[in-house]
Amino acid sequence: MHLPKVKSKPGKNGVRAEKMGGLEVVGKSVQRVDGWEKIRGAAKYTDDLEFGPGLLYAALVESPYAHARIKSIDTSEAEKLDGVVKVVTGRNFIHKFGLYMNDRYIFASDVVRFVGEQVAAVVATDPKVALRGAALVKVNYQELPAVLDAVKALEKDSPLVHPDLKDYQHVPWFFPKPGTNIAHWRKIRKGDLEKGFKEADLVLEDTYYVPRYAHCAIEPHSAVGLYDASGRLTMWTSSQSPFTQRHVFAETLKAFGIGHKDVRVISTYIGGGFGGKAGVTMEIIAAALAIAVPGRPVKLLWSRAQEFYNTYQRLGVTAKIKMGATKTGKITALDFKLHWDAGAYVEYGANVVNAAGLSASGPYKVDNLSVDSMCTYTNLPPCGAYRGFGYSEFLFGLESHITRMAEKLGVDPVQFRKSNAIKEGDTLPYGAHMNPTGIHEAIEKVEQEISWGRKEKSRDPKKAIGKSLVCFWKSPAMPPNASSSAFLKFNEDGSINLLVSGMEIGQGLLTVMAQIASEVLSVPVSKIRVETPDTDRNPYEWQTVGSHVTWGCGNAVKRAALEARERIFDLVQRVHCLDKSTLYLEDEKVKCRTKPAFSLPFRDFVINGIQADDHTFKGGPIMGSGVFMP
Amino acid sequence: MKSHDIKFELNGEAVAVTVDPNDVLLDVLRGRLGIKSPKVGCDRGDCGTCTVLMNGRTVRSCLALAVEADGAQIVTLEGANNRKWTQKLQKKFHERNAFQCGFCAPGVILSATELLEKNPAASEHDIKEAIAGNLCRCTGYEPIVRAIAETAKGR
Repeated sequence: MHLPKVKSKPGKNGVRAEKMGGLEVVGKSVQRVDGWEKIRGAAKYTDDLEFGPGLLYAALVESPYAHARIKSIDTSEAEKLDGVVKVVTGRNFIHKFGLYMNDRYIFASDVVRFVGEQVAAVVATDPKVALRGAALVKVNYQELPAVLDAVKALEKDSPLVHPDLKDYQHVPWFFPKPGTNIAHWRKIRKGDLEKGFKEADLVLEDTYYVPRYAHCAIEPHSAVGLYDASGRLTMWTSSQSPFTQRHVFAETLKAFGIGHKDVRVISTYIGGGFGGKAGVTMEIIAAALAIAVPGRPVKLLWSRAQEFYNTYQRLGVTAKIKMGATKTGKITALDFKLHWDAGAYVEYGANVVNAAGLSASGPYKVDNLSVDSMCTYTNLPPCGAYRGFGYSEFLFGLESHITRMAEKLGVDPVQFRKSNAIKEGDTLPYGAHMNPTGIHEAIEKVEQEISWGRKEKSRDPKKAIGKSLVCFWKSPAMPPNASSSAFLKFNEDGSINLLVSGMEIGQGLLTVMAQIASEVLSVPVSKIRVETPDTDRNPYEWQTVGSHVTWGCGNAVKRAALEARERIFDLVQRVHCLDKSTLYLEDEKVKCRTKPAFSLPFRDFVINGIQADDHTFKGGPIMGSGVFMP
Repeated sequence: MKSHDIKFELNGEAVAVTVDPNDVLLDVLRGRLGIKSPKVGCDRGDCGTCTVLMNGRTVRSCLALAVEADGAQIVTLEGANNRKWTQKLQKKFHERNAFQCGFCAPGVILSATELLEKNPAASEHDIKEAIAGNLCRCTGYEPIVRAIAETAKGR
């Protein structure tokens, strides 16, 4: 980060002295700004918020079948139960939703597509009553043949999970194949595959399989919704993406007269996300239920079991690799088929498939390449984002394959990687040119660090030591316009409230944002309050995913801080007739290079301004805003 | 279902509530008594986020029936915040940034408090044993174990 030269000495943060490019706060260890809250049990997570005696609780009626037609739903018994306020089914909400692909209803309407899919919900005054009510809802199903494997789903006679795929709305960079189970097909062709295999001395073909898995954040998903008498919808959610949620709520529920300004999403601390709380999952159900019981807050909590079967899981993949290489270990051709099991509703999962497809060559120069990254519908739980999605899965197959190729050719596997590693300027699978990478340097460093080639024996007879070197690259599937923004405002005592909508998901975002503002404004981290977002108050952030918020949100904070500093300088120049270029900030004061005696503490003017010689006040509350678009 | 009137001491204060025989302590603490530091992580005794002290011993309040608390002394992190060892641990946890998302923190700190109150010179093995019932999904436990060990050694 290139900050303009600002003299600042915040100190007193328990700073561990460690140089980082002339920066005094950024890059150094400080105590987390949310530390005490969490350690003393004061931090509030969604389920900790109090909503008073009017709070209602929801329980779901879920499909016991992987694929079935809903013939009828009888809610009458549930409705008669004392304490049940409302029973909601798909009839109440006829609009599909999705962030990338609109393939899903809030409640299954005619067909259920995985075990555990929500068919109805019972809203009651007590959680136990809601559960008893859900057990009383009678759903009559006609079971349909199900497809549970992403490769079998491509067979001609496979059951179709979404026969109406042609009618679904999706982002323009998805390519569904109606009449099949293919929700998206990222296809890449480069060079001449046949020629490449002819040039090879060794062609090796194999299949690698990575199963699905679950995020297992320690806090289950939770959401509370309130649709009040004025027609506004407030949602409290455990979310990595409050603004994305607001957008999806507003779009999905617009038939009820709700626009973006009418939806307010308040995100509390979250007990881990790992991608599982990105986008929208169960929160849309809570939003719909709130609309069904206007004026009453309604809470929906996921059980630990639901965490496994009705949130996004990580996509499973069957990877078929055919690779050719010369005797000397030069890759001549790669035919890579990735069959992703994305589940019943691919939505976010199609984006994973896209990202992996674009990167599937690995960090290597492959002149003759064919990649088919296929997002396939199956009758299994929906899949989506999960830390570094898609990458470890395809790299597991690719890197295993490369090691085996090297062994068969008698080439050192590290040398094999080194000689094929991509270089600056090389053409990438999709036609762009490679930026500087540092990959050769990285391989060499690791080679040295692990003393590659030297066998080691463990002193523990129960352990063996093995060594391997693999390469990994990642290009987060972020839209090129995923923006961040920040508001910064000074308080009377010179402390700061910093408003961002990047989420604290355990990674320490709030602290890092405070450090960046501190660096620019010379206010200690301990005097900067940063909190989790409320979409009504905090400015826009795309989502806290793709490892981008320190960079995206951080740059927005830096710009907000620079704007606030500029206002301070303008004011001091105007009132004290000091040239702006001679001013700097240090120890929470404005100082002047040419006038060492000048020292103006922030607390003396950041709210009430500065009194000029004519007794009028200049300035006023100091604020700053910043926007960052990658 | 016959309800029960129970009385117990919660964080040093006497409380009286009427509960169903199948109400669990966690739900009564969180839903009825406004005590939010014990969390619902799994609701089946696996994760330890619901840990509270009952008569000085850690219990999983999602597995304890509320009626079992009748006559007992219950301490949650809200109450333990005043205890000497809890405060020492918290200071070290803060200094070492030992938590990330913080959801498991109340349970971990109570388990560590129970350990150090009984055995201030706890070894690393004792520490791992004591927090074995508290899952943390973020940290990988290393900074947690270190913070407890440093508290024990008074460093």
